[in-house]
Amino acid sequence: MDLNTINAVTRPNTRAELTGWRDGDAYVGGGTWLFSEPQPHLKRLVDLTTLGWTPLTAADDGLEIAATCTVAQLDGFTPPPGWTAAPVINQCCRAFLASFKIWNTATVGGNICMSLPAGPMISLTAALGGIALLWAPDGSERRVPVVDFVTGPLRNVLTPGEVLRAIILPASTLTGRAAFRQVSLANYGRSGALVIGTLAASGAFALTVTAATPRPIKLDFDAIPTTANLQARIDEAIPTGQWYDDIHGLPAWRRHMTLHFAQQIRDELAGAAR
Amino acid sequence: MSFTVNGKTFDDAPAPGQCLRTFLRQLGHFGVKKGCDAGDCGACTVYLDGEPVHSCLIPAFRAESHEVTTIEGLAQGNELHPMQRAFLDAQGFQCGFCTAGMIMTAASLNQAQRADLARSMKGNLCRCTGYRAIDDAIAGRRDTEQAQAGESIGHNVAAPAGPDVVTGKARFTLDIAIDGLQHIKLLRSPHAHARIRSIDKTAALAVPGVIAVLTHEDAPPVAFSTARHEVRETDVDDTMVLDNVVRFIGQRVAAVVADSEAAAEEGCRKLMVDYEIRPAVFDPERAMADGAPVIHDKGPDSRILDPAHNIVADVHGSFGDVDAGFAEADVVHEGTYFVPRVQHAHLETLCAIAWTDDAGRLNVRSSTQVPFLTRLELARVFGLDPDKVRVLCERVGGGFGAKQEMMVEDIAALATLKTGKPVKIEFTREEQFIAATTRHPMKVDIKIGARRDGTLTAIRMHVISNTGAYGNHGAPVLEHACSESISVYRCPNKKVDGYAVYTNTVPAGAFRGYGLPQTSFAVEQAIDEVARALGINALEFRRRNVVKPGEPMIGAHVSPDDVIYGSYGLDQCLDLVDEAMRQPAAHEPLSSEWLTGQGTALTMIDTVPPGGHYSDTHIWLDTDGGYRMTVGTAEFGNGTSTVHVQVAATALQTTPPRIRYTQSDTDHYGHDTGAYGSTGTVIAGRATQLAAEALHERLLTFAAAHSGTTPDQCRLTDGAVSCASKTVALADLHKAAQTAGVVLAAHGKTDGSPRSVAFNVQGFKVAVNRISGEIRILKSVQAADAGFVINPMQCRAQVEGGVAQALGAALFEEVVIDALGRVANPSFRNYHIPAFADVPRTEVLFAKTADKLGPYGAKSMSESPYNPVAAALGNAIRDATGVRYTRLPFKPDRIQAQLPQLG
Repeated sequence: MDLNTINAVTRPNTRAELTGWRDGDAYVGGGTWLFSEPQPHLKRLVDLTTLGWTPLTAADDGLEIAATCTVAQLDGFTPPPGWTAAPVINQCCRAFLASFKIWNTATVGGNICMSLPAGPMISLTAALGGIALLWAPDGSERRVPVVDFVTGPLRNVLTPGEVLRAIILPASTLTGRAAFRQVSLANYGRSGALVIGTLAASGAFALTVTAATPRPIKLDFDAIPTTANLQARIDEAIPTGQWYDDIHGLPAWRRHMTLHFAQQIRDELAGAAR
Repeated sequence: MSFTVNGKTFDDAPAPGQCLRTFLRQLGHFGVKKGCDAGDCGACTVYLDGEPVHSCLIPAFRAESHEVTTIEGLAQGNELHPMQRAFLDAQGFQCGFCTAGMIMTAASLNQAQRADLARSMKGNLCRCTGYRAIDDAIAGRRDTEQAQAGESIGHNVAAPAGPDVVTGKARFTLDIAIDGLQHIKLLRSPHAHARIRSIDKTAALAVPGVIAVLTHEDAPPVAFSTARHEVRETDVDDTMVLDNVVRFIGQRVAAVVADSEAAAEEGCRKLMVDYEIRPAVFDPERAMADGAPVIHDKGPDSRILDPAHNIVADVHGSFGDVDAGFAEADVVHEGTYFVPRVQHAHLETLCAIAWTDDAGRLNVRSSTQVPFLTRLELARVFGLDPDKVRVLCERVGGGFGAKQEMMVEDIAALATLKTGKPVKIEFTREEQFIAATTRHPMKVDIKIGARRDGTLTAIRMHVISNTGAYGNHGAPVLEHACSESISVYRCPNKKVDGYAVYTNTVPAGAFRGYGLPQTSFAVEQAIDEVARALGINALEFRRRNVVKPGEPMIGAHVSPDDVIYGSYGLDQCLDLVDEAMRQPAAHEPLSSEWLTGQGTALTMIDTVPPGGHYSDTHIWLDTDGGYRMTVGTAEFGNGTSTVHVQVAATALQTTPPRIRYTQSDTDHYGHDTGAYGSTGTVIAGRATQLAAEALHERLLTFAAAHSGTTPDQCRLTDGAVSCASKTVALADLHKAAQTAGVVLAAHGKTDGSPRSVAFNVQGFKVAVNRISGEIRILKSVQAADAGFVINPMQCRAQVEGGVAQALGAALFEEVVIDALGRVANPSFRNYHIPAFADVPRTEVLFAKTADKLGPYGAKSMSESPYNPVAAALGNAIRDATGVRYTRLPFKPDRIQAQLPQLG
């Protein structure tokens, strides 16, 4: 929709031009959320897509995903051999409520910065141990695990003017195994629970719960736990009252499905470990 | 900046925050539609460098130096794109508002995407078709056929507007460029109940571009109802164009008129309103209690039944002795069922353009189902002679009852009368949810008893209908809800009590089915329970107890004398569904996680609303030997234009393309009550049949005189009249008539009485996942008694669309009101309507009957396919799970919560 209070757009080509942040500014990646709701508090858009960031950089130590990488580009990524967890990338891309047409425009960074419980790029990058690289307006940088980046629905650690530059997925998880489960109230609808398990070569197991909780919850285990252990840890980490409650699923159902998926994921990865 | 659209390059400068969609429309590409303006519906799909995108989400500046293709640029010259051709051949549309986006998306798919349409089409919403026809189009199936002269009826004649719809040329309400057009934006109430002490306009008027701010002080002091009915007293007069009391969050407070939407929005933000907040009530039963806040403190002129208890209207009826009936029953089921608010979600939001013409007449071009009734009420509210008001619509982008209201025309009229300038108002999708209308939520207590031999002994129903903050349609919806849902059953003892109650929530209004889906849900669950308790197959139980021709139809009242069994196909419908349900369903194998079951439900509907329903058709011979006609009824996807052409072509022994028509304009002679109550075929179509038959007679009479023969020697053929040995071409006949001063024209009129009844029976086989609560529909079948089916393809599509819309209400849809009275989910992202993946194929079967009243034996079939769907689904889920779910929608989280725990 038209954002009628916007009176200027800047389209920087270099980081040096990313200065002069002021109240009423917004960074725009794909813009697919920004342009989907009224934004009467905004006056200026700062376009990140003209910075020319390389969408995907695969190296021995992992995958760097530029914040401006589109979902379509990520979905089309061909992983190097040995990145056995890579299918979860496509599974998460398909978990978008939005259609493939939006994937052509929406960006990975935009989805993460939106910080909705059901953001599938949050699910993906949190589960794979992703690190968010943040650029501050003063030229400094910091790195924050994605699982800590999102602090609640529509809330994250970004400070005014700070920009998400990239997410780095470490090779250690990409070369492990991943198992994915997702459910929504409607076919291909918004996720009510999205749970990803990972199994590293070391045998370490992690379960990441998203969509069912206000922010991603990652549970780490040195080895594959028993189902009872796993479910106890979930209930400990997400007590009653901490399951997300909105139109896309009742809290009790989200917990029920999370526990069910956790068991399935555990069994699947235990099978893979054998 | 340089832009290239459909191959043409030019320089322009969109506003910094402008999206590509409005930029393209500003350039005249009206094929690019607004369905949601939020990226959810896909109606605005265009290509950016060949890739399909939702243009409402693309900043216009990003199109700079890229190539944009819209629906207008898809065809190569006059050669349609194959996908456009395919949508024509399969008639993959109804109202056509989503079609451009649908075609743009479908045409862009690669092979893998075409193999998985459930996913690849999920970003394109269609509210009319139920997607089967779209699937047929993409698969290249042809469903339309050519009709021979005089043999149109009964054939799958294509919609006359098809070529315009698939190329984006079909003009909907706002697809018109007007110089100097001003824009209206409405400031809406943040409070559920408040009196407006004052409104300070100063800052708003200072916004550059703002030309007027309108408040209750500017509005006429005339109360009306947004609901439109032939008899205006059907509804309560409780609404003002602008009021000094707001009664729900979202009600209009003031209107700002400006030379741009941006300025009008800014003006709204600058208005300073001082509210005196009043207590509010959101629950209808609390609203009825003594001491509840009084929402409408109005006198008897308003026709509100009991303002002190917030009761708009009630219904009471009693036949026989229900207590005695329950006493003699062997089995009794008693339950309370709740059916929530749902939104129509027509893709073209409410909108209108109003102006005053050179003759000083008020003109309103609107997205309406009722142009003639809107004209009359505008004249009344603004104190104008009806001759000084014209209301018209071209193509309407879906309605489903929502446009049987005057919700934008009044404010548009006020704005143009005050400013003297042409004005436009267009609801956002959010406004549709928070400030238009919804279905009436109803709480239904039902008690049904039967003897061991399977005979009903008593039915008692108590209904609380929540009409929201205004009483539009409150009384007649309640009346209808308490009629055919139980009058379809023969039972000696019946008692019905119903109340329509105000609350401080978004108003309810007319919605497909008009109250019947709500009560039928309860009645049909109870019938199913009683049949189960008796150990009788539910269809068989219904067979024994439904009314048959000759028997009285008794709901809250005995059905009026003018309702007759014009034809009766309920027995056939029950048999057709019974037979179809015995056939195995083809589906993927199911794991042990899935529980399966099946269920059915039936509904009856009067073919015409009570109180008279009028239509006029004028038809005349054109200079070239073709015909022209005007019909009053509006086209909003119901396909009635096709039916009118078929009817006229049949009566005049010609082919459909020879019939040219214009419609839904009060400048045409006569009166048309409107396209509601499923009357487009049975009332307006009948008027067209009468007109065309009368013209046929006139042509023969004149031809006989002209050729020196007698009328019985003359025969009308396609393009000519053959009179004995002579043949006179119609073009020559027209010339001769002109010379002789004879007008070869005729008029047909209908008044909507007597009326008939139509029937629908739905069956489902379902699987319910006992872990997640997810529901899969394995089989869907609907049998319909539509009388003689004038256009089987279109009628089938009406049924499919009705099933799809009703499945939305059964599975996902609910307008949620939060603790403050606010609509909590006012967007398609949070109010899921069925997408391609959600709608199963429905097997559509027609009873073979011919009605005594409708044109060529046709009956209505637009609202009614919706009615039995949720009920049948509930019965199937009960069969699968053993649980009787009493509240819609059947969302997996709620299903799972009540499933028996495993192990």
